Amino acid sequence: MSFGRAKPGQARPEVEQRGQHAGLDGRSTSVPRFGHGSRVPGWDEAADLTKDPAVIPDPALTPVPGGLRADVEAAMARYPDRRSATIPALYRAQEEYGWCSPEAIEQVACVMRLTPAYLISVATFYDMLETHPKPRNDVFVCTNISCSLRGADEFYEAMIAAATEDPDVSVRSFECLGACDIAPMASVNGEYVGPLELEDAGRIIEDLRAGRPVLEAKQLRHRRSVDPGANLQAARSAAGQARPEAELPDQNAGRDDPRSTP
Amino acid sequence: MTQNILFRDIDEPGLNTLAVYERRGGYEAMRRALTMSREDVLGGLLASHIRGRGGAGFEMGKKISFLPRGDMDKYLVCNADESEPGTFKDRELMQKCPHMLIEGIVIAAYAGGIATSFIYIRGEYDHQADILDAAIAEAYAAGYLGERILGSDHSLSLVLHRGAGAYICGEETGLLDSLEGKRGNPRLKPPFPAIQGLYQGPTLINNVETLSTVPAIVRMGGSEYAAIGTETSTGTKLVSVSGDVQRPGNYEITLGISSREIIYGLAGGPAEGREVKLWFPGGSSSPVLTGDDLDVAYDFDSLAKAGTMLGSGAIIVVDDTHRVIDVAYKLAKFYAHESCGKCVPCREGTNWTVKMLQRIDSGEATPMDLDIMASVQEEIIGNCLCVLGDAMAMPVGSIIKKFRAELEEHIEAARDRAGIGSLENVIPVGVADEHAGPLPVH
Repeated sequence: MSFGRAKPGQARPEVEQRGQHAGLDGRSTSVPRFGHGSRVPGWDEAADLTKDPAVIPDPALTPVPGGLRADVEAAMARYPDRRSATIPALYRAQEEYGWCSPEAIEQVACVMRLTPAYLISVATFYDMLETHPKPRNDVFVCTNISCSLRGADEFYEAMIAAATEDPDVSVRSFECLGACDIAPMASVNGEYVGPLELEDAGRIIEDLRAGRPVLEAKQLRHRRSVDPGANLQAARSAAGQARPEAELPDQNAGRDDPRSTP
Repeated sequence: MTQNILFRDIDEPGLNTLAVYERRGGYEAMRRALTMSREDVLGGLLASHIRGRGGAGFEMGKKISFLPRGDMDKYLVCNADESEPGTFKDRELMQKCPHMLIEGIVIAAYAGGIATSFIYIRGEYDHQADILDAAIAEAYAAGYLGERILGSDHSLSLVLHRGAGAYICGEETGLLDSLEGKRGNPRLKPPFPAIQGLYQGPTLINNVETLSTVPAIVRMGGSEYAAIGTETSTGTKLVSVSGDVQRPGNYEITLGISSREIIYGLAGGPAEGREVKLWFPGGSSSPVLTGDDLDVAYDFDSLAKAGTMLGSGAIIVVDDTHRVIDVAYKLAKFYAHESCGKCVPCREGTNWTVKMLQRIDSGEATPMDLDIMASVQEEIIGNCLCVLGDAMAMPVGSIIKKFRAELEEHIEAARDRAGIGSLENVIPVGVADEHAGPLPVH
């Protein structure tokens, strides 16, 4: 089972279209008995059994862009074993071609001296390596437990609705992205934003279209620690040793903290 | 009482740069450690009794002492693949104070006689990875990494490796496979990574928070660090509080304080007029506790005694406006998606649990299904190579146990809604036999 992904012009994520039960999300209430798939990606794609297995591509017959070759070789040089560079190399190829296309896999296989099958086995395992063409912009909406308690499922619906018209945006519901402090949140091309409200879905699309930083006021990188015990030393030096409590007034109130008394 | 060690200066502007970190006393502990013998550094770590902050809670000093001695390729891997739902402490540490982690890695590698190290960071932490990359470059330029660090005989290389989005790669052997460039499938243990890990060499694997604490342990001395917290859970711990609380975020606590103080005192508790229904004390894979258990002390042993675990230190609070079935369903669906598929009990067990929870909501379930579901959880636990299956089985099992009445109510309501009819009209099998009278004698 893979998480749903909205393709351009598609209102519902693919999984649910396949007849996936959605009762807990409040839509349908019948369980399709035979509608399940395998979690192994590609289980429903036919393989040509008459074809010979692909071997390590011949460097003489496989043109590889110079930049890609240099970066993959540099990645291989960083590890004691060149195979460790598989994920960095596939990332680099994905950057070059937008997804891990057969052509991209072939070229990486050629540089790394591995079979394409090996690389495909790795690429299909990881959520962030794409073996199907995808739009340029990624919006990962965290719909895991902490975010869904705070309304991530509604936001995901709103995000899909906002992105239906835009062929450049792919919306995915994602596993916990590790930012439950700003729940509900999303990762827009790697930039963490939250806490999100339903109206933010439209704003994300607008910002992406305009090429602006996405929801700048809600970016995680600007968030300060909420721990009242943190930063006391910095606060003290900023206040010139005078009144350390002045920097963090209400947060320390009523707390038995030796550091708050100079 | 809070004694901040990791979060002391966490929001200082520019703390992610070498200059500011050094002004705050950074790399002093490393300088000191490098003048000491390896045995003394390891002795300090052993005396601190610091337990791993990633989930299993194994003592870090012991882990280092398990590494074979002698001249061989040994590896240190920092596990920064923080994917446990509800956990976000490592993210804040790496983003704001990456040099503390690098310093900890240098010291830990020195104690273990290790010359090659890696940080495996999850692919989603793009911003944090960029910061770490810059910090590693700075540390190399300053001579804190590389050949013969500060003129000592300790050399260390450090490579940042980005993962690509797989929860299972946070499991230590899955992480090693992924770092070797394979699919992240866990390996059979033993041999444990300390004996045979990355590239078949002895490998020390520790969490970001554990390694980030190492400089403080060297600075304070192991026994002084051990004085913080309780006897068996020493030191401070970052706790990620999320879910239905008013001030979600990371808090540094002294181990052993009451859970109520964390959930209500620090994080503000659920919104006005709502109650804590259930909470996960250590990430979504820990068995749940209820609102009655709020006074349990927050440390490794007290939580184990309460039938759950401290895990990664992520508290997820669920208040009384949410249905337990939704929580169980979210959990099961996550683990079903993230199961790598290598071991049958986990692959099938997670999948079937999702389906059974769907049946409950569609009105096709009977209370007997709860028993079947509970038995599925029991069959998963302990029967796989890694604990991913257990990570679903334990919380789901505990939810069935503690909220059985609510789930049964829900089954009834769903049957009514679906028009399948009340269970009261169904005569249970045993009862029907009784009504049939004695069996005819032939």
